[in-house]
Amino acid sequence: MTISPNSQPLISLRGVHKSFGAFEVLRGIDMDICKGEVVAIIGPSGSGKSTILRTINGLTPVNKGTIKVGDITVSDPELDQVKLRHRVGMVFQQYNLFPHKTVLENVAMAPIQVLKQPRREVEDRAQKLLADMRLPDKANSYPGELSGGQQQRVAIARALCMEPEVILFDEVTAALDPEMVKEVLSAVRKVAEDGMTCILVTHEMGFAREAADHVYFTDKGVIVEHAPPAEFFSQASDPRTAEFLSKVL
Amino acid sequence: MITDIQTFFRELANSGINLTIFYDAFDFERFITGLGNTVLLILASTFFSIIIGAIGTAILTSGRAFPGFLVRSYVALFRNTPLIVQMYFFYFAIGSIMPVGQNELGLPEPLLGSFSWAVISLSLYAGAFNVETFRAGVGAVHGSYEEAAFALGYNRRQAFFAVTVPLALRFSFASLSNNLVDLTKATTVAYAVGVAELLYVSNQIWSDSLNTIEMMNVMLVIYLVLTGAVVFIINRVEAVMRLPGFGLGDNQ
Repeated sequence: MTISPNSQPLISLRGVHKSFGAFEVLRGIDMDICKGEVVAIIGPSGSGKSTILRTINGLTPVNKGTIKVGDITVSDPELDQVKLRHRVGMVFQQYNLFPHKTVLENVAMAPIQVLKQPRREVEDRAQKLLADMRLPDKANSYPGELSGGQQQRVAIARALCMEPEVILFDEVTAALDPEMVKEVLSAVRKVAEDGMTCILVTHEMGFAREAADHVYFTDKGVIVEHAPPAEFFSQASDPRTAEFLSKVL
Repeated sequence: MITDIQTFFRELANSGINLTIFYDAFDFERFITGLGNTVLLILASTFFSIIIGAIGTAILTSGRAFPGFLVRSYVALFRNTPLIVQMYFFYFAIGSIMPVGQNELGLPEPLLGSFSWAVISLSLYAGAFNVETFRAGVGAVHGSYEEAAFALGYNRRQAFFAVTVPLALRFSFASLSNNLVDLTKATTVAYAVGVAELLYVSNQIWSDSLNTIEMMNVMLVIYLVLTGAVVFIINRVEAVMRLPGFGLGDNQ
């Protein structure tokens, strides 16, 4: 997908700082992500990748800096959380499906309970999303009856059912057995190809290279460099990036 | 049929095992009244103690300081003092300063009788344990579920009721079952404030009919049956609510 350089970013982070106690996880993060863009954030463990995602939907409040999603300022204390989380979906490493709800209920419950949308309409949409995720016959199963890959695809359908403008994917394949990674990645790719703005934290370098429009490399709470994947993977300019890539590729 | 049974136990009495409750109409009636009162005590106290446990847990997990302090004080007081002392306290100390009404004959009658005080006392006693049970259940639910609910726009209260409570309940059954078995046995303490429950009427029966040993055996069997029924019901509820692939030891 080509991004016009003048287009207004959908999401922007400016000088974002976050500390947990004395440990500074984010030390000034700046990012701009445009509508429809697919962004991969890579970097060593503990470099703050997941924290960046969690600041964007307000799960982790920041200490300093501003984050905007469209016209919403995430750090605004008066912020309407429902409005923000309606726009920003999230998929977790451990799926975090609700074990006491069926697959269909997992996908449909938030739009019904939080957005107060009519049940029938939401359930039709949920069924369609489950079909898109190639899980049409699992609607009445419980999450505990599904494989990890299937659960993660339900989690993607659950995020999509809120009809967000952007979805955050937090290491969505890291907890999966190798044979299930592919099915989840192709589901993510389908979401991206349908035009959804996606921000992925991932260790899947091959996927980042193929699917992302832009790759960010973080280390020790800062963005070391960012570039389109072709450029990023062939001619990393910073020695830290080169060192990381030499370990994982 | 009934006469057959009565004849059998009358003959058994002649051979030395005197179970008056099975052939003597008066003893039978007293015994059934006692059994009924015991079952009522169990049902009422179970109901109220679960409500107290749920409210106490909701307050504790809401994280508000002063109400939380009150709940913790309540739990400490009722867990760490003997039930009989609590029941005496309610019946004799609080009961004596309560306003007194009049019955239809114009005679003074306390607003709350011994049965009501027993229910209040047993409910508060078992409620204190249920607070701890449900609180532990909430603690056993991994925070990631609540976080997923937040990410879907749920606020704290909505996430607590839609996600945490249903899962916490499933972690609470084993311990709740313990508490309610304990409560079932504890209903005998109501004897001390004059509630005509099983132990009370059995005492009357063995005093009148001089069949202490037989009645002691009957008591043991009856309480075994009652606690067995409590455990059976909880196990059924637990089985109905069991989720595939979810539970202690299943990595949630």
